[in-house]
Amino acid sequence: MPTEIAAVNPYTIETIRSAIESGTNHAVDIAEEFFARIEAENPAINAYLSLGRERAILKAQSVDSLASGGSTLPPLAGVPVGIKDVLVMQGAPSTAGSRILQGYLPAYDATVVRRLEAAGALLLGKLNCDEFAMGSSNENSAYGPVRNPRALDRVPGGSSGGSAAAVAAGLAVATLGTDTGGSIRQPASFCGVVGVLPTYGRVSRYGLIAFASSLDRVGPFASTVRDAATVLGVIAGHDPLDATSSLEPVPDYLAELEKPVAGLKIGVPAEYFAEGLDPQVLAAVEDTIARLKAAGAEIRPISLPHTRYAVPTYYVIATAEASANLARFDGVRYGYRADSTTLSAMYRKSREGGFGAEVKRRIVLGTYVLSEGYYDAYYKKAQQVRTLITQDFLTAFDEVDAIITPVAPTPAFKLGEKADDPIAMYLADIYTVTASLAGICGISVPCGVSREGLPIGAQILGKHFGEGTVFRVASAVERLLPA
Amino acid sequence: MSETILIERVTLADLRRVAELASLELSLGEEQSLLRDLNSILDYVAELNEIDTSTVAAMAQVGEALGNDSDPRAWLRSDVVAPSLDRERVMASAPDSDGTFFKVPKVIER
Repeated sequence: MPTEIAAVNPYTIETIRSAIESGTNHAVDIAEEFFARIEAENPAINAYLSLGRERAILKAQSVDSLASGGSTLPPLAGVPVGIKDVLVMQGAPSTAGSRILQGYLPAYDATVVRRLEAAGALLLGKLNCDEFAMGSSNENSAYGPVRNPRALDRVPGGSSGGSAAAVAAGLAVATLGTDTGGSIRQPASFCGVVGVLPTYGRVSRYGLIAFASSLDRVGPFASTVRDAATVLGVIAGHDPLDATSSLEPVPDYLAELEKPVAGLKIGVPAEYFAEGLDPQVLAAVEDTIARLKAAGAEIRPISLPHTRYAVPTYYVIATAEASANLARFDGVRYGYRADSTTLSAMYRKSREGGFGAEVKRRIVLGTYVLSEGYYDAYYKKAQQVRTLITQDFLTAFDEVDAIITPVAPTPAFKLGEKADDPIAMYLADIYTVTASLAGICGISVPCGVSREGLPIGAQILGKHFGEGTVFRVASAVERLLPA
Repeated sequence: MSETILIERVTLADLRRVAELASLELSLGEEQSLLRDLNSILDYVAELNEIDTSTVAAMAQVGEALGNDSDPRAWLRSDVVAPSLDRERVMASAPDSDGTFFKVPKVIER
């Protein structure tokens, strides 16, 4: 049995688009090539839960006829894209990694799905994830864990593990994931791909199966910073169907990639380089900082003093919101229903049989912290600390243009290694939950490899709606990486 | 600033009350592991009591921190009739339906 899946992904968005435009390749052939590759490689990594062959081929045919008519092609023409299974696509299974949504065929498309397809993307299928996006290893999926293509005995990270693994294994050119506490950035780091956390409000969440509404974001994965920036440019922008989406105009992210980092002030927060950080991760991020400095960036030590309170703050707020959001799963309108003679017993039994252990744990915790007598001590307290964590960042961004940190304290860990200890698992998010709470944007970009050959990512954080600067720094990290 | 309530242990009775509120039916095995996990997570959360937040505003939404959540164009749209979800497609996913309504077991328990 192979121990890893080599990335045979010769494509970027631009090579596909120009090959189709010039007639040297056809979207239908590209779709077939990716479906064949998925058929061959997916059983080993379990990234895709379902395929949307018919819809993808139809779209490919329409892209090909546009091309043969000599039209200018849209930005994602013929680009194979996979969608995390928490985003709905009309008529396609959308399980959120949960047994409770088995059999659910949504009646509509998420806004991001519509925007990708309008831009010419071929939507190949739905990608595995931790149940309701709750997890850091993808081991909480009701449909089995995803395996890391770089080391099949290791986790791909979570919760968007399928989205990261699909790009890493060349089973899609780009994918969408969601990030509530690190669920795009951490798997991107573990699988050695690029993952973007857009600013809260930057990307519509209409059609996202909600986990924690004040934290959830939708963002892209890709092999390169440029491709990730292209996809974000397509999906970003106000949506009348999502009242939390922002009116802020979407800038030309690709133009930012060309700008040098010389003169940019990049902050290095001491709190992210303390106890618990794997020495190989530390070394890779420090080398990256040194290369940015050599390229002319001004490196400044900074402090984000409330960092150590972010994980407990996050787990109170996220579980409280989850307990409310997941109340909708009751066996009435969609998904799994347990047989019962009364309505209230049907609710309880459907939820008992439909939800996995981590989801129940979070619903119970969230219900507890919101319950009478505990609300102020837990939920309100956490919301106050959230203010302090956010103010830390706002103060730092008065002084610096971007911040660089590790994404995760370690490279990808082994399957089963942390499965029995919820707090150990929650600490995998220690460097990512801060940006989630503050609503700022960020990216995970590959910055090195461990001695065992495991990818290591650097996290670049930017101010609210500062994606352009984040892409600019990440592009430099990518360019300066030694071959 | 010390809120002693946080070091109170969650009891089996508390857990059962919360499970009832959340419409979750838990097996005996689940109760035991959840009780252990809940107490260890809440012990960890108790670290937040180290911080004096008596003068800090609570933050429910990111926009509050930026002071820019006041533009109603972001969250209001014109009140015009537009196509909604297709009933047939919606009902097709329901566990039990007569095509127009969702069907559920008896609501009133006696």
